[in-house]
Amino acid sequence: MYSASDVERKTAEVKRGEVAAFEPDAHITVRDLTMAFGDFVVMKDLNFTVKRGDVFIIMGGSGSGKSTLLRNMIGLLEPAKGEVFYDDKSFTNASQEVRTQMLRRFGVLYQTGGLWSSMTLAENVALSLAEFTDLKPAQIREVAALKLALVGLSGFEDYYPSQISGGMQKRAGLARAMALDPEILFFDEPSAGLDPISARLLDDLILELRASLGATVVVVTHDLSSIFEIASNSVFLDTDTQTIIAQGDPRELRDSHPDPKVRRFLTRGGQVEEAGHVQEK
Amino acid sequence: MEDPQTAIEVEPGDDGRAIATLSGVWSIQEALPEAEAATGQITGLGSKTVRFESGGITRWDSGLLIFLIRLEHLLEEQGITIEREGLPDGVRDMLALAEAVPERAGARSKPVDLIWIGNVGVWATGMWKGLREGVEFLGKVVIALGSLARGKARFRRSDLFLFIQEAGVEALPIVTLISFLVGTILAFVGAVQLEQFGATNYVANLVGVAMVREMGAMMTGIVMAGRTGASYAAQLGAMKVNQEIDALATMGISPLEFLVLPRMIALTVMMPLLCLYADAVGILGGAAVAILGLGLSPVTYYEYTQWAVQLDDLFGGLLKASVYGMLIALFGCLRGMQSGSSSSAVGEATTKAVVSSIVAIISACGIFAVVFYVLGI
Repeated sequence: MYSASDVERKTAEVKRGEVAAFEPDAHITVRDLTMAFGDFVVMKDLNFTVKRGDVFIIMGGSGSGKSTLLRNMIGLLEPAKGEVFYDDKSFTNASQEVRTQMLRRFGVLYQTGGLWSSMTLAENVALSLAEFTDLKPAQIREVAALKLALVGLSGFEDYYPSQISGGMQKRAGLARAMALDPEILFFDEPSAGLDPISARLLDDLILELRASLGATVVVVTHDLSSIFEIASNSVFLDTDTQTIIAQGDPRELRDSHPDPKVRRFLTRGGQVEEAGHVQEK
Repeated sequence: MEDPQTAIEVEPGDDGRAIATLSGVWSIQEALPEAEAATGQITGLGSKTVRFESGGITRWDSGLLIFLIRLEHLLEEQGITIEREGLPDGVRDMLALAEAVPERAGARSKPVDLIWIGNVGVWATGMWKGLREGVEFLGKVVIALGSLARGKARFRRSDLFLFIQEAGVEALPIVTLISFLVGTILAFVGAVQLEQFGATNYVANLVGVAMVREMGAMMTGIVMAGRTGASYAAQLGAMKVNQEIDALATMGISPLEFLVLPRMIALTVMMPLLCLYADAVGILGGAAVAILGLGLSPVTYYEYTQWAVQLDDLFGGLLKASVYGMLIALFGCLRGMQSGSSSSAVGEATTKAVVSSIVAIISACGIFAVVFYVLGI
């Protein structure tokens, strides 16, 4: 682990051009990232940049390592190699103290919601407010109620996660992720287990939040309708080559990416006749 | 009409190819012919190609598919190719579907066949890993306790009181039952021996000293390991499965401080109180046997107990109880945090928590016995 001063030194090196410079307006930079479980390499040499305000999709087939990449980006797993930078600060090599500070800028919505089952929805949202702000208890309750109202759960403050549906749990998870008005929101398979209407509502919510909070959004998904609805940029993880084989706006990738594997994925296996022209089966 | 018998008949064809004629019901519900026997027959004909006649098949399911896959595999090893044209369309489609996605290189787990020294190595590596994780966890707990001492630990006070209630008042019924029974058992066992010397009055001494010095703390510890330690492991394991622990970590809240500390404090504080209660109930159990069974007067029992049990014994027992409480919470939480992300992993974590806690309690009891002996307590 590096100390805070090491991180600053490294950042200074980057600024001096001793290490490859960051792209303009880069919010998240993933550099030479290799993810592995023991000897089993999941993905290697991943390089991409998420720009401020992007709705960035991490896509790929089942088991390609999308969620593992997300977990590496938010510190739940340590990369085998490489680094993740937020702005120009290394998250991977930051000290625990610096990392904790950086984590408060994130909001994460987990695949299963990840709501604390022993707490009510309001308590779930209020926890980080109570821990990291100087708000009074009454104000915390008001903020928690507001966040729940934003996701359409007004009146459900005193419900426990087990008392609400899966879609509502996802939305409550989102309210909790937004509690501290984060700069970056991470979503792990947000539409998994949701009916099409609920999934669409969640997509709309993500776009609204991005527009109103100005947050950068990183979404792990393979739900095509969601991808085309919300994405502004994306990476495609390929299991065979164990790395990124496509980057860019998913609509453009679908229509004109030279690799048929990418186009096939983005057209639900639609038959690819030639580059640039896709015909659904 | 009865289905014809399931069979494969092999005969040489006019064009030099072997012909395998399949007939009857090829179902996983029926006894199927051995692919090895059919391979032997085909190989015996000396043909390099085999084709099928399947008009006699009356019904088929996965049974036919697994037979054909096995047969094809065995024949390939002998350099014989199979022509699938004669098989039913559905069978050919299913076989093609099964082969559509080739096996991913490196995906299949290799069977591990180690000699005994290899197994010792695997066991030793596992033990070393477990020890390292345990020490690492202990280190993190010490750091979290440091934060607590500086008033910087983050956990909800309401959680602490809830755990105190769970590890205290709610444990009283089972602690009462076990302690009372242990007291009566000690009294019965002691009475049988002491009666031979006409010293039945000393049953009170035996029960009092045994309960206060050892049994009160140990039995409470074992009950709490099975009750509360297991519950801690299951709670934390389930939280891991539901990504609740991930959610805390990515919020910048230490799961150690938020989840482990209140449980440790609750059990460490409540165990001595439960032990004190268990001591009293155990002595009452002994008294019940002595008064009702041996004819001792309550006053005699009380006086003998008071005479036998010293304050050192009492405080020694309470100190043990506190240490046992810490160990139970430590192992319960460690196993819960180590749990994998499946329901069976949670069950395994719970079992490990109970076993580890009981081993730790007995080990600590042995260490206390030596230390107390050396100190003359």
